[in-house]
Amino acid sequence: MLSRNLILVYEGEFTQEITKSVLAMAERNMDSMGEESSIKRKVFNVMVECLQNIVKHSDDFNPLSAKRNAAIFIIGKEDDRYVVTSGNPVDTEAKESLKMRIDEINQLDRDGLKAKYKEIIKSNSLSNKGGAGLGFVDMARKSGQKLEYDFEDMGEGFHFFSLTTTILRF
Amino acid sequence: MEIINLEGTEDTPKILLDKGNGIFEISGRSLPEDSAEFYQPILDWIAAYGEDPNPETLFTFKLEYFNTASSKLILDVLSSLEDIDGVTIDWYFHEDDEDMEEAGEEFSELVEIPFEFKTY
Repeated sequence: MLSRNLILVYEGEFTQEITKSVLAMAERNMDSMGEESSIKRKVFNVMVECLQNIVKHSDDFNPLSAKRNAAIFIIGKEDDRYVVTSGNPVDTEAKESLKMRIDEINQLDRDGLKAKYKEIIKSNSLSNKGGAGLGFVDMARKSGQKLEYDFEDMGEGFHFFSLTTTILRF
Repeated sequence: MEIINLEGTEDTPKILLDKGNGIFEISGRSLPEDSAEFYQPILDWIAAYGEDPNPETLFTFKLEYFNTASSKLILDVLSSLEDIDGVTIDWYFHEDDEDMEEAGEEFSELVEIPFEFKTY
């Protein structure tokens, strides 16, 4: 039976500073375990995209709202894989958009993802969050597995969006 | 032209843009919180440089990591260099970093500038 070791769990406020600290901790952890550099790199890539997405979308919430600090980030390590999970509240409009984008990405193979990446990076539309729309595509490419997600109703038009990305330690 | 000389940090790359000494380099890690804001002065500098460029411009990228928001801006940097004559890109990657090598290859497919690939 494979058991999951949690390397890191963080819940609360997400900022660029927190992102840097979490990244540094995870890097140190993987270094101390002697993880192979190409795996470390892929995990790092996925972590950055995940964490920075949370930071960007925390800004949607009023500083006084509990939802602003309701995000969570987890890295787990199993014998054969790393599992990076993030969770954050989103509104219904975002839920529909996320579902559509991730479902589309999950249909694409390696070449399809490469083409999608090029299509998005060349287009001039940069969302006002500066996200470029590339994050999920990049996560899927680095992972090589389908992105798993779930929405849990929080009431009042909000949903807790959780996203899991798997990186195999081949 | 003024020189842009920014030290690299944990989340922003080293930038050296020095027309007089013919050094043009972006290196290190790029994951700023607001990449458009970070790269705007670089784009402005290149636009001004393009008005009166050196006959040859060797632009070096030696990145360890960049987030996807930066990749869009890196493409913007490359696109603005495309308009200048005599530009070559030296794209460095760590010898076991096939992701960075692939990223460079993809950028080279998106712009009409000669790329040289080098390891460090």
